[in-house]
Amino acid sequence: MSLAPRHDVADAAPRSLSDWLLRWETILLVLLAVVIAGNTAISPYFLDIYNLSDATYNFSEKAIVALAMALLIIAREIDLSVAAIIALASLAIGLAAQAGAGLPVLLLIGPVIGAACGAFNGFLVTRISLPSIVVTIGTMSLFRGLAQVVLGDQAITQYPKNFTAIGQSYLIKWPPLPYSFVIFLVFAVIFAIVLHKTAFGRKLYAIGNNPMAARFSGIPVDRIRFMLFVLTGTLSGLAAVLLTARIGSTRPNIALGWELEIITMVILGGVSIAGGSGTIPGVVLAVFILGLITFGLSLVNVPGIVISVLLGLLLIISIAMPIVVRRLLKKKPQ
Amino acid sequence: MNFLVKHREIALSLIIAIMVTGISIYAPAFATIENAASVLNDTSILCMLALAQMMVIITRGIDLSVASNLAFSGMLSASLAQNHPDLPVVAYIAVAIVTGLVLGLINGNLVALLGIPPIVVTLGTLAIFRGMIVVYGGGNQVNASEMGDVFQSFPKLTFFGLSTIFWIMAAVAIAIWLFLSMTRVGRGLYAVGGNPVAARYCGIDLARQQMLVYALSGAISGLCGYLWVSRYGVAYSEIASGFELTVIAACVIGGISIAGGVGTVAGALLGALFLGVIVNALPVMQVTPFWQMAISGAVILAAVVVNARAEKRGVKLILPEARRAAGAAK
Repeated sequence: MSLAPRHDVADAAPRSLSDWLLRWETILLVLLAVVIAGNTAISPYFLDIYNLSDATYNFSEKAIVALAMALLIIAREIDLSVAAIIALASLAIGLAAQAGAGLPVLLLIGPVIGAACGAFNGFLVTRISLPSIVVTIGTMSLFRGLAQVVLGDQAITQYPKNFTAIGQSYLIKWPPLPYSFVIFLVFAVIFAIVLHKTAFGRKLYAIGNNPMAARFSGIPVDRIRFMLFVLTGTLSGLAAVLLTARIGSTRPNIALGWELEIITMVILGGVSIAGGSGTIPGVVLAVFILGLITFGLSLVNVPGIVISVLLGLLLIISIAMPIVVRRLLKKKPQ
Repeated sequence: MNFLVKHREIALSLIIAIMVTGISIYAPAFATIENAASVLNDTSILCMLALAQMMVIITRGIDLSVASNLAFSGMLSASLAQNHPDLPVVAYIAVAIVTGLVLGLINGNLVALLGIPPIVVTLGTLAIFRGMIVVYGGGNQVNASEMGDVFQSFPKLTFFGLSTIFWIMAAVAIAIWLFLSMTRVGRGLYAVGGNPVAARYCGIDLARQQMLVYALSGAISGLCGYLWVSRYGVAYSEIASGFELTVIAACVIGGISIAGGVGTVAGALLGALFLGVIVNALPVMQVTPFWQMAISGAVILAAVVVNARAEKRGVKLILPEARRAAGAAK
């Protein structure tokens, strides 16, 4: 009779080929390939470098916010107020432009207002210990409501040329890459490194899996949560800068409904809504899948609302499929 | 003060009463019987949706698809009226309810049988149901002139000065109150939300409970779809867009805990009424309607802060040693 010592913990088994093949990111990669192949088949204009570059305008701003949202959801929180923060930050940029502020102010004021809004969310969640979904439903109305109070039914459309250039011209001429897309890529790399290669990143997973245990392990749970809300707010403010510069106007309904699209990107990327799991590469793949489906279908004149049906179906099917497959696999061996 | 924090329905009624008094002093036009009736009529749809949402939230779920469901069911009902304007009104209502019920069952199946988180399911169906309106109708809208009189006159009938919509809401509210407080299944919803594991050990079927609340939420959304379309006289793809968040806001103001297991019919109704009074008071007070959203945001935040304090005090310390420890901690 051989009893293993109780402290003996075996190493995790090495990843087998099937582990790699069944990874969520692999499935997303296949899906992305299907989307690209499908789009190429239905429209001859899809594989044009300038068209593809223009397509990135439609998702880069949301994608930047999605990166921060992914961290937040991994840490078991959520922020529904991101689109409202974009509206409020865009208003601040508009007011600054009306007051004749220079380019540096216009670029900075968005992220600053965003950070302040995020800090407000973070304060309510961590200090008064309120559930983040309820807090951000409230601040969603509050932030957009404030923008509405100031704007009424007016719009701010006077922006200096050097500001709108940021949203409407390429940062790199060849291959043609817009500012927003480059910023997204840079942030994606930074976020991937921070989440997957640093102790801070591991702490987020610990908080998401079990906040109580994380706190007892000496992780400053509330401080990190607060930071994540500020980060999400700041990136929403940055998205506001890019969006305002691109469309050259601020209206009360700017970015309306974006919070749901951003959360869809994150969930499709394999981040569990219950917290504690998910990867940045997954989110980036989901961003491309959603962005390219939208672009490909609009090339063949499918109305936007029909595209949203397909994206909704994609979200549910992609979450349901693994569950169904797992159940079928479980039943067979008996 | 302690009493008011513990009995939030009474506190909320007092706040609404104070608000109404204040508004009436400022703008006497608000304090008329006609205006009170119009506030109640205007708020009835929100009340019904808040009640349905409450049952979902009690089981720790959430239904974000209600407004899209409402729009789709309303569209189907309106297009039936457009093609057959002379059917009895019951037929239009039945079509709306059945459509809503089917959509609700789709949510229920995905949540209960596949175990997908409710927020994910209803986020998806929110987009799908609304998009289906365009897929079905090709982006056309049905106008008041095309709907026929039978379809449109029903919600405008009045009894004792209040419209049919109000009386339907009252019936729905009483039915839900009876269901939640008097029936075994209704009590089971609180058990499921309060502690799903314990509820399971008590022999409560979690999946069946979830199926039930999403089906009810769907059916009530469908009913509201008919009422909304017939009252406002137009059906198109954007009606009630974003209304799901107003509904959830009403629940939160009414003291329904998003963590599940807590919520009353009176709370949901008062939460909805609170928002209804604000919406109706702003024009009377000559405040631009643009303030509405910011005010309701501030109110939601105030309500959650108060509720959180109430919940903290309401913790039941069953064991005497826990009670002593809590006493010592103070």
